[in-house]
Amino acid sequence: MSLALVVLLPFIGAILPPLMIRSGRTVCATVTGSVTLSSLVLLLIHAPAVYRGEVPVVAYEWLPSLGLRFSFFADGFGLFFAALILAIGLLIIIYARFYLGRDDPMGRFYCYLLLFQGAMLGIVLSDNVLLLLIFWELTSLSSFLLIGYWRHLPEGRQGARMALAVTGGGGLAMLAGMLLLGQITGSYELTEILGQGELVRASPLYLPALLLILLGAFTKSAQFPFHFWLPHAMAAPTPVSAYLHSATMVKAGIFLLGRLWPVLAGTEAWFLIVGGTGLVTMVIAAWIALFKDDLKALLAFSTVSHLGLVTMLWGFATPFAAVAAVFHILNHATFKCALFMTAGIVDHEVHSRDARRLGGLLHLMPITGTLALVASASMAGLPPLNGFLSKEMMLEAAGHARPPAYPWLVPGLATFGALLSVAYSARYAVHVFLGPVRDDYPQHPHDPPAGMWLPVAVLVALVVLIGLFPAAIAGPIVAGASDAILGGALPDYKLALWHGITPALLMSAVATAGGLVLLALFWPVRAVRDAMPRPEAKRIFDAIVLGAANAARRASYGLHNGQLQRYVMFFVVSVLVLILVGWQTGRLDAGTREPLAAGYLAGIAWLLLLAGCIGIVAYHRQRFLALILTSLVGLIVSLAFLYLSAPDLALTQISVEVVTTILMLLALNFLPKETVAESSVARRLRDGALALGSGAAFAAIVHDVLTRDFTSISAYHLEQSKPGGGGTNVVNVILVDFRGYDTYGEIIVLGIAGLAIFALLDGALRGPAARRLARWAPDQPRAADLHPLIPVVATRVMLPLALMVGVYIFLRGHNLPGGGFISALVVAIALLMQYMASGFGWAEQRIRFDYHVLIGWGVLIAGLTGLGAWLFGLPFLTSGFDYFHFPVVGEVELATAAIFDLGVFLTVVGAVMVALANLSRIARRAEPIPVPQEPMDYTAPVPEPATTAEGR
Amino acid sequence: MEFLVATGVGALTASGVYLLLRGRTFAVILGLALLSYAVNVYLFAMGRLAVGVPPIIRDGVTAYTDPLPQALVLTAIVISFGMTSLIVILALRAYLETGDDHVSAEPLAEPDDELA
Repeated sequence: MSLALVVLLPFIGAILPPLMIRSGRTVCATVTGSVTLSSLVLLLIHAPAVYRGEVPVVAYEWLPSLGLRFSFFADGFGLFFAALILAIGLLIIIYARFYLGRDDPMGRFYCYLLLFQGAMLGIVLSDNVLLLLIFWELTSLSSFLLIGYWRHLPEGRQGARMALAVTGGGGLAMLAGMLLLGQITGSYELTEILGQGELVRASPLYLPALLLILLGAFTKSAQFPFHFWLPHAMAAPTPVSAYLHSATMVKAGIFLLGRLWPVLAGTEAWFLIVGGTGLVTMVIAAWIALFKDDLKALLAFSTVSHLGLVTMLWGFATPFAAVAAVFHILNHATFKCALFMTAGIVDHEVHSRDARRLGGLLHLMPITGTLALVASASMAGLPPLNGFLSKEMMLEAAGHARPPAYPWLVPGLATFGALLSVAYSARYAVHVFLGPVRDDYPQHPHDPPAGMWLPVAVLVALVVLIGLFPAAIAGPIVAGASDAILGGALPDYKLALWHGITPALLMSAVATAGGLVLLALFWPVRAVRDAMPRPEAKRIFDAIVLGAANAARRASYGLHNGQLQRYVMFFVVSVLVLILVGWQTGRLDAGTREPLAAGYLAGIAWLLLLAGCIGIVAYHRQRFLALILTSLVGLIVSLAFLYLSAPDLALTQISVEVVTTILMLLALNFLPKETVAESSVARRLRDGALALGSGAAFAAIVHDVLTRDFTSISAYHLEQSKPGGGGTNVVNVILVDFRGYDTYGEIIVLGIAGLAIFALLDGALRGPAARRLARWAPDQPRAADLHPLIPVVATRVMLPLALMVGVYIFLRGHNLPGGGFISALVVAIALLMQYMASGFGWAEQRIRFDYHVLIGWGVLIAGLTGLGAWLFGLPFLTSGFDYFHFPVVGEVELATAAIFDLGVFLTVVGAVMVALANLSRIARRAEPIPVPQEPMDYTAPVPEPATTAEGR
Repeated sequence: MEFLVATGVGALTASGVYLLLRGRTFAVILGLALLSYAVNVYLFAMGRLAVGVPPIIRDGVTAYTDPLPQALVLTAIVISFGMTSLIVILALRAYLETGDDHVSAEPLAEPDDELA
């Protein structure tokens, strides 16, 4: 558990800094530091066990079906990296407290830093490779936040985007590679994969897996040709750069190469790709670094170069090279972090990082200067510092990597790389700190507060101590980490300053001398170099991104041009294509189910339906006619339901039909009554073809289904309807009981639609819509008698009767066709009739409640009925019923489902009436007609409308 | 009967799709209503066709048609009503706001400045 906590603590602790910043910057930094420190202590508790050779493991299932487990393990290598991340992190936190200015939001900074730290720890301690990938992408995301921390700087934002695109993209490639690896080995746990190296290397999937994983590792570790993002990430505050580029982010790729070294290393492909890329990166980046004037850019490229060095060592795939790699990771972390911090101090104090404007700083800031000189000497590889030791081991390893065809290639280039390394390290020392004091610094420098240089001092002390006593201080750590990689087969090596006169020592001497000579010739060499053409990586990257963005833009504007008709057309075509594809691949034969005989009544209805459909298409521009024809079609559909054993559907369909038609008529009152012909003939032909195609496809599908037998789960519902649900109308029992939860969702949707209608129409009473309404004049002739006597009387007499019918349909719904939906529609129609016969104003005066409140009550009642089941310890919406004996009435069944149905009833009434009542509000606004006051609502004839159909 | 229902659904779909592709809101609304009929009948037909066997339990009767598609279609009808009324009102409001009942806005202009 505590191992998982090591990773989780920084994530959990990340919420603290933004809160604690209110108590001041020092408190904030202290809290952040203690989070990291706690994590470090938790980690080190495991150290004794790990160095005894045990491997602590902790695992929880997460998504077992995907092979994703929340599992961590710590071996010597993981422990080494985790300790590095936390220890350097602690120094960074202290340094940042003094580096960040008063205007920088420090809480946010520490929050991001802890997130990033947790993600890094996740990478190095994950056992499950999929979990590792999650943390891998999390480092990309959190480093994006860190690099772009100064949001106001465009370079910061661009650098952050570039880093995210490159490393995130590489992470995706690696995901594919890891999945392949999991397929080969049959496990996603590193502890199991690591033992199956031979199986993996023999697999035909080895090469694709290797390439994909390397793509991820190389992009993360900024290996050539992905080296370009790292310098742009330098726009980040210096503590971030120091952290990302010394111990974390870019080391993740290096870490992964080491982690998978036992599995992937040892083939020719590995040697050529990894070793070759490392070598090329080391030399090219060192060459670029030498000529960078910006100190952080110089250090960034030197980081790339050193990462190339480590990659090359992994690529050699010899045990000795692996030990050298581990040792150099440690050494590089110490001196590079220190150097970045000194660069940050210079920037902080002088307000410039340009090497051309600096020099002589050693006299003005002696502490910083001394520390920087020692660290850069280590980077150059001068004895007796730790950089010297690992560089010697690197040269030694390179001396043994001699492919027969080009025996001198690797040692020669390695020496040249070391030579360049000496040159840029010396440049950092000489051009910045040595030389005469100048009088044109942007700001007169002096040593910073101790908080800034103390972390540097700690690191430099390590640089010296490891250099002097390598075996005592670094020996066990290096041995433990290497042992974990090599699987207990440590080579014969000795961490020491003096190995005698060896070829490596000679190469080192050549490199040092050559590097100093190169620096002496710096300006002439630079003039030559400046004259040569150089590809600018950022420009290429930007061009690619821009090209992709513009292509995407053109594609989306081409398809998505605001023409809704076109979208619908695309949609129809896509569905047709899908159907055709299915048709091609599926069965085509007609089924063998016994067909149902059709009587002549069915034939007549069919003909009417066809005529209706054709009529609608032919006369759709005459909107009244089309609307009436549509309701005719709806009527035939309800008759079909009735005929085909679905009385409930027939009742619902016919009542919905009435309501819909009335609603559309009311809306049509304000819309143009005719549509102008505006589609071209070609367009109509195209649409007609699409329509006929769709119709034919659907007819064929339905026919194919109908002529086949089927199995259904309904036997259960039929069996249980009476004993389990207490009703004989199975459809209603399904609605309010078996599938009550669905119905609950549906009435909520209906309620939302009702409220949306309310909002839309309420809004029409303001703004341009209201002005248009005020100008509106009826474009149809009005009847002289607006509220004829007979309908008025008839509807009023019928209202109680209709309500009675509604109640009856509601109550019998559980056993016979009916129920909440249907009775709600019947009641709504009864109310509507009042609006139609006696006028909107008259009806409105007599309805004393808001319909949208009714919707709320309906949903509430249905929901509370469902919750009621909880009181009895039953799941949501479990219904109960029992039979009660009442005097006179006899035995009566009472079911909670009826209360639920009441909720359905209220919601549906509310939703229907809210639409109609609000439409009538609009109508009253547009055409104020006096509300009749007399009992017999005879309305006097009104004059002919002034304007007619020619519109407004 | 199967043939009649299948071709009926086909006719509803065809007329619905044709109206859906028209340019004015009212035609589109009618088209959607027709498509709703088609889809509801289609769903209902998944329980196959049967005459005279409504799913209402009676003593001594053993043959019932499949009640489940009916229950689904019943709510579907009500939801279609909700949808239809919402778009009717939406179309009305849009017409009142703009004075035009065409479904499309003016075609979007090509972005005149490329991202840079």
